[in-house]
Amino acid sequence: MLDRKLRRDLRQLATQAIAIGLVMASGIAMYTMALYALNSLRTSQANYYQRYRFADIFCNAVRIPENVVPRIQAIPGVSAVDQRVVYAAMLDMPTMNEPVAARLISWPDLGRPRLNDLFLADGRWIDPERSDELLASHSFVKAHQLKLDDRLSFIINGRQRQLRIVGIVYSPEYIVQIQPGSLLPDYKRYGVFWMNQRHLSAAVDMQGAVNDVTLTLEHTANSAAVIEAVDDLLAPYGGTGAFGREHHMSHRFLEDEIKQLTIMAWVSPTIFLLVAAFLLNVMLGRVVALQREQIAVLKACGFYDWQIGAHYLKLAMLIAVGGAILGLGFGYLLGQNTTKMYADVYRFPVQHGSLTGPIVWGSLLISSGAAVFGTWRSISAVVALPPAEAMRPAAPTYFAASWIERIGLSWLLPQVVRMLFRQIQRQPIKSLSTVFGMSMALAIMILGSFSLDAIRYLIWFQFDYAQRQDVTVVFNQIAEQAVVLDLQNLSGVTEVQSFRAIPMNVRFAQASRKISVMALGDEASLFRLANIKEDIVSVPPEGLVLSDKLAKILGARLGDRVSLTALEGQRRSDEIEVVRIITEYGGLNAYASPATLARWSHLPETCSGAHLRIDSAATSEVYRALKEMPHIASVNLKGAAMKSFEESFAANILTMRLFNLIFTVIIAFGVVYNHARISFAEQSRDLATLRVIGFTNWEVTAILLGELAILTVASLGPGCLIGWGLAKMFVWGLDTEMYRIPLVIEPKTYWFAMVVVVVAAFFSGLLMLKKIWALDLVSVLKARE
Amino acid sequence: MNAPPVFSTRQVTKDYHMGDLVVQALKGVDIQLYPGEFVVLLGPSGSGKSTLLNILGGLDLPTSGQVFYRDQELTTWNQRQLTQFRREHVGFIFQFYNLVPSLTAYENVALVTEMVTRSMTPLEALKMVGLEPRRDHFPAQLSGGEQQRVAIARAIAKRPAILLCDEPTGALDVATGILVLEAIEQVNRELGTTTVVITHNAIIAGMADRVIKMSDGKIAEIEPNAVRLRPQEMRW
Ligand SMILES: Nc1ncnc2c1ncn2[C@@H]1O[C@H](COP(=O)(O)OP(=O)(O)OP(=O)(O)O)[C@@H](O)[C@H]1O
Ligand SMILES: [Mg+2]
Repeated sequence: MLDRKLRRDLRQLATQAIAIGLVMASGIAMYTMALYALNSLRTSQANYYQRYRFADIFCNAVRIPENVVPRIQAIPGVSAVDQRVVYAAMLDMPTMNEPVAARLISWPDLGRPRLNDLFLADGRWIDPERSDELLASHSFVKAHQLKLDDRLSFIINGRQRQLRIVGIVYSPEYIVQIQPGSLLPDYKRYGVFWMNQRHLSAAVDMQGAVNDVTLTLEHTANSAAVIEAVDDLLAPYGGTGAFGREHHMSHRFLEDEIKQLTIMAWVSPTIFLLVAAFLLNVMLGRVVALQREQIAVLKACGFYDWQIGAHYLKLAMLIAVGGAILGLGFGYLLGQNTTKMYADVYRFPVQHGSLTGPIVWGSLLISSGAAVFGTWRSISAVVALPPAEAMRPAAPTYFAASWIERIGLSWLLPQVVRMLFRQIQRQPIKSLSTVFGMSMALAIMILGSFSLDAIRYLIWFQFDYAQRQDVTVVFNQIAEQAVVLDLQNLSGVTEVQSFRAIPMNVRFAQASRKISVMALGDEASLFRLANIKEDIVSVPPEGLVLSDKLAKILGARLGDRVSLTALEGQRRSDEIEVVRIITEYGGLNAYASPATLARWSHLPETCSGAHLRIDSAATSEVYRALKEMPHIASVNLKGAAMKSFEESFAANILTMRLFNLIFTVIIAFGVVYNHARISFAEQSRDLATLRVIGFTNWEVTAILLGELAILTVASLGPGCLIGWGLAKMFVWGLDTEMYRIPLVIEPKTYWFAMVVVVVAAFFSGLLMLKKIWALDLVSVLKARE
Repeated sequence: MNAPPVFSTRQVTKDYHMGDLVVQALKGVDIQLYPGEFVVLLGPSGSGKSTLLNILGGLDLPTSGQVFYRDQELTTWNQRQLTQFRREHVGFIFQFYNLVPSLTAYENVALVTEMVTRSMTPLEALKMVGLEPRRDHFPAQLSGGEQQRVAIARAIAKRPAILLCDEPTGALDVATGILVLEAIEQVNRELGTTTVVITHNAIIAGMADRVIKMSDGKIAEIEPNAVRLRPQEMRW
């Protein structure tokens, strides 16, 4: 019998229940989507790494004789070793003005590599007898719309070589391909290729030697110990320091994405479910208030308290479970979509996961949890209600002057406005729930859109503010200052700033890191050092400048003396004082003046590359000239990677924004509708009275919707604040060793979010119009409430 | 009664459709109400009193027939015009007071005076019903009779042409009912407002200039009183 009542109640509350169910469903959908994508990504990653034998430790060196490799194999804890020649070449793409950076990796003459195997997506493996065959990474092929048998023109060691694509491959090492020195992938300007070992060695004078070693560890091995042993072993051969997976670019990138997804899996659903809980609280509070007498009668008839409590809990549960099921379905679709997007962005065979038990049960559990949380107050009131008392009508509702009147502004307010304020103030929980819900809707919208602002700011900061070069070239060997003169003399080059980066090991107390220490002079006019407060920072003539992240990892403070060991040349160590710590967006960096750096490292004052500023009319000319200069290993266009990333990011964020928009609208709509329905039910008698004594439909509408308008406006401030707070949390959660994201939210992001919320609220209010206008004046007056 | 009537109806009928069933609440009613007149409407439950009152007040439209307010035909007006009419010319008083709970006595009256230009001030209206000292109390802090008097103040503050009261004492005890009736009577006397009071209490009929009795949707009898009794003079 009670169940029949439940069904009738539910039918009466249908629209409200649907609105709340949708908010619930949105939360569960986000949760499902994130966990599903997370599962897919994790399993795919693990399977891929295992199947294609992704290495655990990576190191490169200048030249390692082949007979040294067995000694690496002999290090305790090493399970497999693979050696290769890796060479940075330039690629001349007829479709592009600027030179394209290429990484050539040797492919064994016989069989397959022991580690970092490739997945052949199309074509065939290389014929070891032929010297002009090439395997190309899928991402590059796709970015340039190449096909099998296309010929590419490389500049290897100063000589032009035509190579033919025979196979298109994926590599576990290059799931994300980031050019060294760049922060983000750019599949058009950076490609990875594999070519026959024998022919590559011959082309780059590496016969009988390799310059890159990767290895896997036994399960029990101590990674740090192995790295140290490898470093010791390779030091004489110009080893630049071994590093583990955790510092491997592609791996790191993927891990950061996973981290981001994990945050997503918790933050957004929490918000949605909280809002849903608040809505349920308000709705059930109203239902229970209306059904006081019924509850008393039922109790008087002999129903147990818990039966009645369970009855109302069931109502909430039905909404929660309904929402969860809808959310699971929608989240599953979203998850598949996201996974597909990942398969596109991350170049590896992404496997689709499935709706695992934990996702399904987790969804049901958290949505029910939210329902219980939201209805606890009302249900305990039901359980505690003594039947005799409930038979009496509820105590009359007392009103009081609202604060706005108490501060002496009452003469300003017409009566209807007083009604509004008192109505709002009389039910603080209901009003606050609505303000909270709307704020959250706004916050979600801001959180979902701000990352584009942040990326755009970052691009501006790095490439317009701090760094003013157009192009950065990296030499394939350390060059004398004379080379810089050559660059200066190129027509079209207006300004040159050489730089020197020396791989070094920095150590302080127990902590150490291998990084590149950059020499930066006073005259630095192109590549400038700037902290996140937008101050240009100079490098003092003496001492070391550390980025704050590096300082933190090392535990070093201003005035501490850190130990620096050059990973080049004589490998001399020195103790240097930290004279400045700067807060940067990107990674672990250290800087010193050129003279000082040369003195510490006991290396001549040479340069490893140069930043150029180019006359915009002469760019193609300069590019052509650069392609022909023999000692240039790579050309890095300022911000090109960032900009292409921004484009693809912007496209992705547009889809994300659309979802966010939908979710925001669902919340705002649901919250306002819920509030409006309840207010309408509570006040319909008053509103009808006003109509009878001569108020017009519009005036009465204004009273009901005015309350909503006030609450909506009241939620804008907190909403922006919460959105900012969430963005800050998000930025903080993604603050990794590699980078930090600036907390930049443009005014127009706030405005857009506010407009979305206000419009959603407005339309939700419009839905009430019909009800207000259809008020039955006569019947409302007949009965006492 | 030579002055032209304020209200007159011609063959007014009202049908309510409830599925297939048609309830004829009014079956052709002709009445005239004159300026300053105090009319009591009597009749058994379901005889159509409230229906008639609502039609006179522009809350409802008849199924057929005509209603005239002075020389204008109410029955041709649209909702907006009816609202305007109620706003300016009609005061309603109901059995359950229907005050706005979130506004004080004063504010409930001010609600109306803000809408109309030639109204009295809320205080004047409250004074007429003797509730000036309670001006800042909310309805929940007033007794039923006091609430009803606030409702009267609210109804008369705009100096309406007609005051329509549907069982104004229905929810009150005798003594309080007399207080309320006194207030209505005083308004009728002092402002000359045409007043219609529905009641089940035949004794109240003694107060009236005319008593109109309804039964089964029709006017059964119209009975003028030679002498109007003051409410205190009536014996309950
Ligand atoms: N909205 C409605 N729908 C259907 N029938 C109605 C409606 N309003 C009134 N009626 C019917 O019309 C008839 C007259 O109703 P009305 O309310 O005018 O009676 P009344 O004389 O005021 O009675 P009471 O003294 O009980 O208030 C009754 O039979 C009633 O059932
Ligand atoms: Mg009636």
